[in-house]
Amino acid sequence: MNPVNYLYLAALLFTIGASGVLIRRNAIVVFMCVELMLNACNLTLVAFSRMHGNLDGQIIAFFTMVVAAAEVVIGLAIIVSLFRSRHSASVDDASLMKL
Amino acid sequence: MENLIALLVAAPLLGAAVLLCGGRRLDRAGHWIGTVLAAASFVVGAVLFTDMLGKGAEDRTLRQHLYSWIPVEGFQADVAFQLDQLSMTFVLLITGVGTLIHIYSIGYMEHDERRRRFFGYLNLFLAAMLILVIADNYLLLYVGWEGVGLASYLLIGFWQHKPSAATAAKKAFLVNRVGDIGLSIAIMLMFTTFGTFAFGPVFEATGDTSEGKLTAIGLMLLLAACGKSAQVPLQSWLGDAMEGPTPVSALIHAATMVTAGVYLIVRSGAVFNGAPDAQLVVVVVGAVTLLFGAIVGCAKDDIKKALAGSTMSQIGYMILAAGLGPIGYVFAIMHLVTHGFFKAGLFLGAGSVMHGMNDEVDMRRYGGLRKFMPVTFVTFGLGYLAIIGFPGLSGFFSKDMIIEAAFAKGGTEGWILGSVTLLGAAITAFYMTRVMLMTFFGEKRWQPDAEGHEPHPHESPKSMTIPMIVLAFGSVFAGGFFSLGDRFLHWLEPVTGHDHGHAPVSAATVTAATMVVLVIGVAIAWAMYGRRPVPAVAPRGSLLTRAARRDLLQDDFNHVVLVRGGEHLTRSLVYVDHTLVDGVVNGTAASMGGLSGRLRKLQNGYARSYAVSMFGGAAVLIAATLLMRAV
Repeated sequence: MNPVNYLYLAALLFTIGASGVLIRRNAIVVFMCVELMLNACNLTLVAFSRMHGNLDGQIIAFFTMVVAAAEVVIGLAIIVSLFRSRHSASVDDASLMKL
Repeated sequence: MENLIALLVAAPLLGAAVLLCGGRRLDRAGHWIGTVLAAASFVVGAVLFTDMLGKGAEDRTLRQHLYSWIPVEGFQADVAFQLDQLSMTFVLLITGVGTLIHIYSIGYMEHDERRRRFFGYLNLFLAAMLILVIADNYLLLYVGWEGVGLASYLLIGFWQHKPSAATAAKKAFLVNRVGDIGLSIAIMLMFTTFGTFAFGPVFEATGDTSEGKLTAIGLMLLLAACGKSAQVPLQSWLGDAMEGPTPVSALIHAATMVTAGVYLIVRSGAVFNGAPDAQLVVVVVGAVTLLFGAIVGCAKDDIKKALAGSTMSQIGYMILAAGLGPIGYVFAIMHLVTHGFFKAGLFLGAGSVMHGMNDEVDMRRYGGLRKFMPVTFVTFGLGYLAIIGFPGLSGFFSKDMIIEAAFAKGGTEGWILGSVTLLGAAITAFYMTRVMLMTFFGEKRWQPDAEGHEPHPHESPKSMTIPMIVLAFGSVFAGGFFSLGDRFLHWLEPVTGHDHGHAPVSAATVTAATMVVLVIGVAIAWAMYGRRPVPAVAPRGSLLTRAARRDLLQDDFNHVVLVRGGEHLTRSLVYVDHTLVDGVVNGTAASMGGLSGRLRKLQNGYARSYAVSMFGGAAVLIAATLLMRAV
């Protein structure tokens, strides 16, 4: 199978994730979309690794997964505490930082 | 011998330190300490003088290097003294007349509870003045110069409980500051021009310096001299300085302070000789002040203020003579010395009169005092004859020399200056005769003062009359002694140089003319004040009289030009500050505020809009990278 197809798939997944981040208001969904973007990137890395015949991309993909795991922990914790204090998971409600 | 020079200053300086720091314990002995130390300084001066007389004219200059004050590469300021004939003359005058005034003050200030402090200030005055005249560089001279300013401030305002005295002291200090700025600028100019401010090197270097620079230095020195010597336009402090105790007036007018300006100009002769324009200004200032002071002296009813006008006028003579260059330097100093004698005598006499008259100063309330104060009358009278230039007395010789020198300047200038000095001599004769007649002759006019005390005029104690007698001797004989065989001329010539000039008229003619104007002046005064009784209340008088009573509107002039002018200047500056400077600052702040108000809208708090900008930015970056690659 042509490895370029994997890149097309990754681009598609990234676009879906990015639109989700921009459009959706539910923090959980936004969060999942972020994960989607990360995984699209991972897919790109792995695909390029295969295309170029070395393992650098795969190794970076592992790092990304570790970072993503850490991010999930922190992100979910933030979302949970936000929900506890505001009884809402909407990102638009958390707008305290504006004037 | 050189090592004695520092003692001249050390004695009065020690006196000032002891008296001012000693506290009340010294109250009973303070005046004696002050007087003895002043006299000690005089004795040291006399010893040095005798030593100097024993040497030839060339090696009479003594030098003493005390210590290096500011030793920096390229900037050498030393505390070093130089005692030559010119300095010696001043040292003897300052310490001699100064000591007599100290003795007089013992009696005059007897009832003042702050007498110890007064003597401390007097000693400080002497010390500062001595530093001024024996310094061997301009920077040390400046130290003495400022010291004199400080001491005069303290003494003029000695009776500080009187608001008028406090104001007068402040006025004297401030006006003097204007002159001091001139001296400091002159010193800076000297340093940039010559790289030094020691007398010797500066005077040697004047020959190779452009006239423009010398003129600038000369004019700044003149400004300094105008401040200290009360010359137009910085004359206004002198009249008010009469608020100080009378011995202070005598000290300021005869031995210290006002003579400093004349000393500065004569000492800087080398600078002025190379700058004819500066000399011309000096002469003009002298001539204007000469008439100014004389006219003011004619109108004052306050005996001390009349004498103050007279001082201004006589110093004008000296400045004029100093401005004539080598023709006049010697005579400027000679008149200064004789003036020191008779003016000190006159002031001490005036103080003695006030002492006997419950501190009354209005001459219209005197009259007929010669019977009550015979010693004061005789000494004051001799001082009077000396100042108007009665033949044979001091003033006759010294003033006559200046008038001759003014004519000898040559050309139209010589005629104008000669006429001004002659006119001045006539006015001097007039106002001094007026003082004399109003005080000692005629009917008694005194009245009980506000508290009903009838004055009982009486002769002053011995401590006051003895200095007056000594000074009267000086007033009578000093001029003749100096002039016989041109003694004074030969004494000072090695320092100041001398030039006879080209007299268009013979000396005898000048003397005759002086005598004629003298008689005219005295006659007019007698006709106005001697022949008919003096009104106890001043008549309205002519326009000129009224102006002269107000010191020829000097204070009004200063008020209108300087005070009002200053106010307008500050107001316009405040206006500019409020509109222009504040406008720029506030405008910048306002436009920044407006701009950030617009930018603030970007921060709407929605995470997705921030994400859009992030994505947008990333997209732009990628697009740019691709575009660069394609190109």
